[in-house]
Amino acid sequence: MEAAVIQTVTRDAGLWRFIPATIAALVTIWFAGFIGPVSEGHAPEYIYQWAPTIGVQLAFRLDGLSLAFALLICGIGAMVLLYAATYFRSDRRLLSLQLTLVVFAISMLGLTTADDIVTLFIFWEGTTITSWLLVGFDHEKETSRAAALQALLVTGFGGLALLAGLLIMGEVANTYRISEMNALGDVFRDSPLYVAIFILVMLGCFTKSAQWPFHFWLPGAMAAPTPVSAYLHSATMVKAGVYLIARLYPSLSGTELWMWTLVPVGAFTMVLTSVWAMRQTDLKLMLAFTTVMGLSMITMLLGTSNEIAVAAAMTFILIHAFYKAALFLSVGMIEKGSGSRDYPNIAGLARAMPLTATVVMLAALSMAGMIPTFGFLGKEVIYESTGHLHFAPVAVTVAAFAANALMFACACMIAFRPFFFRAQMAPKDRPADPGWGLWLGPVILAVLGIAFGVFPGWLEHHIIAPMVLAVAGVEMPVHLALWHGITRPLILSLATFALGALLYLGLDRIRETLFRIEDDVPRTEAWYDAFLRATSISARRASLYLQDGNMTSYLRRTFFALAAVIWVALFRGTMTWPQFSLSPELIDWTIFAIITASLVVILRARSRLTAITALGGVGAGIATIFVVYGAVDVAMTQLFVEILVVIFLAIAMVHLPRYGHVPFVRLNALIAVILGVGVTTTMLMVLGTDLDLSLTEFFEANSAPVALGRNIVNVILVDFRGFDTMGETAVILFAAVAAYAALKAGRGVSK
Amino acid sequence: MEIMLAVLAGFLVSAGAYLMMSGKTLPYLFGLTMISNAANIIIFCAGRLTFGAPPLIPEGEKYIEGAANALPQALVLTAIVIGFGLLVFALTLAYRSWFVLGTVEMDDMHESEPGTEVIS
Amino acid sequence: MNSLILSTAARLVMPLILVLAVFVFYRGHNEPGGGFIGGLLAATAFALLEMAQGVETARRALRFRPQSIAAVGLGCTLIGGLWGALAYGYFLKGVWPLITKHADGSKSGLPFGSIFLFDFGVFLVVLGGVCCILFALEDVVQSDSEAGGD
Repeated sequence: MEAAVIQTVTRDAGLWRFIPATIAALVTIWFAGFIGPVSEGHAPEYIYQWAPTIGVQLAFRLDGLSLAFALLICGIGAMVLLYAATYFRSDRRLLSLQLTLVVFAISMLGLTTADDIVTLFIFWEGTTITSWLLVGFDHEKETSRAAALQALLVTGFGGLALLAGLLIMGEVANTYRISEMNALGDVFRDSPLYVAIFILVMLGCFTKSAQWPFHFWLPGAMAAPTPVSAYLHSATMVKAGVYLIARLYPSLSGTELWMWTLVPVGAFTMVLTSVWAMRQTDLKLMLAFTTVMGLSMITMLLGTSNEIAVAAAMTFILIHAFYKAALFLSVGMIEKGSGSRDYPNIAGLARAMPLTATVVMLAALSMAGMIPTFGFLGKEVIYESTGHLHFAPVAVTVAAFAANALMFACACMIAFRPFFFRAQMAPKDRPADPGWGLWLGPVILAVLGIAFGVFPGWLEHHIIAPMVLAVAGVEMPVHLALWHGITRPLILSLATFALGALLYLGLDRIRETLFRIEDDVPRTEAWYDAFLRATSISARRASLYLQDGNMTSYLRRTFFALAAVIWVALFRGTMTWPQFSLSPELIDWTIFAIITASLVVILRARSRLTAITALGGVGAGIATIFVVYGAVDVAMTQLFVEILVVIFLAIAMVHLPRYGHVPFVRLNALIAVILGVGVTTTMLMVLGTDLDLSLTEFFEANSAPVALGRNIVNVILVDFRGFDTMGETAVILFAAVAAYAALKAGRGVSK
Repeated sequence: MEIMLAVLAGFLVSAGAYLMMSGKTLPYLFGLTMISNAANIIIFCAGRLTFGAPPLIPEGEKYIEGAANALPQALVLTAIVIGFGLLVFALTLAYRSWFVLGTVEMDDMHESEPGTEVIS
Repeated sequence: MNSLILSTAARLVMPLILVLAVFVFYRGHNEPGGGFIGGLLAATAFALLEMAQGVETARRALRFRPQSIAAVGLGCTLIGGLWGALAYGYFLKGVWPLITKHADGSKSGLPFGSIFLFDFGVFLVVLGGVCCILFALEDVVQSDSEAGGD
């Protein structure tokens, strides 16, 4: 079945390729059905007890924030899958791309709807791993692999920190449910562990959402194919970090630490990346930098811990998803249609690619925040909120103003440079608009960006208001409208346009300057490289030291470590001298003497025969112990095994090497003695504890009546613990096969 | 007797570890056997000792009281058989390595990792 | 080892050990014994025959390839487990088709069922596994001797 599918796709992409997009569209519609209930304040839950003994559940909860993200993920996912089905139409890797994208979308959905921190973390890691696969999709290219690895290492490191942070939160709150945590009030903020929680969780969020100093991986991840970038790096994965900041906002926000971290980091990343966005000539790379800018804007707004700023952040999440996905997909259209996305190579394409030009222009309008787009509304709300801040209102306003102006310039750049000004030029002879599968998604997104700008009412009441309620716990504090009268935000907006236009006019000069200073600016990526190099060097040194190829030293280390573990445990425990009911009888002394004497003989033996005989003595002594203390079955097993061992040794002896005298080595003897004394002491300590006999009593009581066997040992083996025994039979079989292979390797199987 | 078994287990582990560290194949095998014997004794003894009362329910009875603990016996029984399988496998390896490589010194066996000479 | 006494004794003793092995295996559910011990004992019988009369005789006496015996044994344990799964829905649950339960709670009948099959599987795995290594080792030792190594 599976093979048949693959064959169909590789031979001719056919209609199969639209199935994932269709499913995603259907799921979007299903989620849309929840808009009504959720906007009325309901939050449907689904809980599956996964590992109840350790309090881990698969818990999902759909509140305003989760629903908005679910709709974005599925809706944009449907468009991206449709786009990918066309973009990779004749590529035999289409199936694997779609499969990974779908797994990624599922992880993302799980992440944004999870209400249990373990559930959340598992899906979080799911997105990390699938995005690694997706960024490295062109795995035959060295640069792709390096970019994928970089993204994996950075976000994976953050993921580990996040796990630690979430688990500490779980311990502090005594629950793993996020909704319950968020209802706890100031428990986290008053906890002495708050700083640790905050740092660890923010490491996870900052790495995922590419905040300084971890921002470098996102532009690097542009090695991914265009549909992947449009999905992961605009609408979904990178938003996971800001999603989590918003998700935990009720629990963690409002402290000095929160504000003093999120606002400066957000503001700095925002201005830094929007400046570097100006420098890029590769349209996709430029979009990547502006994506980081958008994420930082959200981080900064959430950092201010102000209700209106939260509303602005939520609005901006939607705006950014619409225009950025549309632009990423459009850049793919430009590349498909003209053969390049590096705009010194392309110009004046408006006539050849009118549809693409229109889409890019509509999306860029929203990006620039022009009237009457959705982006304009977002910018208004942002300026509105910065006027109400208690924390650094001037600095935040200035940062937002600067970033918005730079964004305006970037939007002009992407809207005008590829399409106008010069005579038509492109690597392809006849640039043209691509087919419907490519333009449908971007057109819908771009049109939505305008439609929601003109008619924001529905979106405000049914999507944004529930989001704000979920994050800040308040009703929508502002009203979205194109015209509020001559207000402070409007004046700031107009000033933004003016400054942005100026920046765009001076673009070429600014870019020259940026080119010149580029190499002198310290880059955090260099830290990452240095860290990787140091790790690899120290790993090589460590393995050279540890793996010296000397068997004896391996064993010494192993036994010494074992002894150390035993002795540490001994010193940490409490010793109770055991009470013994049995005093040693004559037979015990005899057995003890036989085994000890045999051991001495083996240690001092010079010939094989002596050693083998003495080994038999040890085995026989142990078998006698079993007989004396009521273990008849065990004793029989031990005896037959001893017989067989002797037979095996006798057969092999003809060709076995001389036993070889074992010379006395002081270090070995020391380690062996420390280990042996440790074992003896541990055993005495174990014997001093109380023994739980409930299992034995169960077996004794049920062996005859239920399992119909009077030999309890055998009943345990074949009935009560039959599954273990089955495994053991498999081990014997494999040992036999392996030994057979080892013996017959390199020869024909004789006769 | 428990103390005696504890001491014996210590002896077996010490002697076994010492032989394994000698770097010769046959003593290594013998050491391995001794350590698995020691493990069996430890498991058996941890279930406490009962003198001369096997866990066999008499004909016609429903249960038994005061018999030896059956659970560690079951564990040890399979452990012996598995240990035997391991020993035999190791023996065949030792045999083959001796025959193919012509050495009993484990540090001279570098067939699979050519170029990694012992650093000492 | 071409001792006439050993050779003759092995021919006589070996069937006795085999019978004993089967007996020990059969009574294992109620008295000391069972699949592991029976299997080891049976393997000892073949080891004895091999030492006395050579690997070919032992191989002929076993009739089947030891690997196949071990594999069939593993199959028996699996079937024994699945039997319980099919009858009661629990893997490895005991099924005793030949035992009837009386009104007073006592039971009578023959102890053949899924557990017996399972134990028989263990018997076969141990016998087959040990013989497999034993015969292979003897083969190799002989061919190495002929090759004149050592």
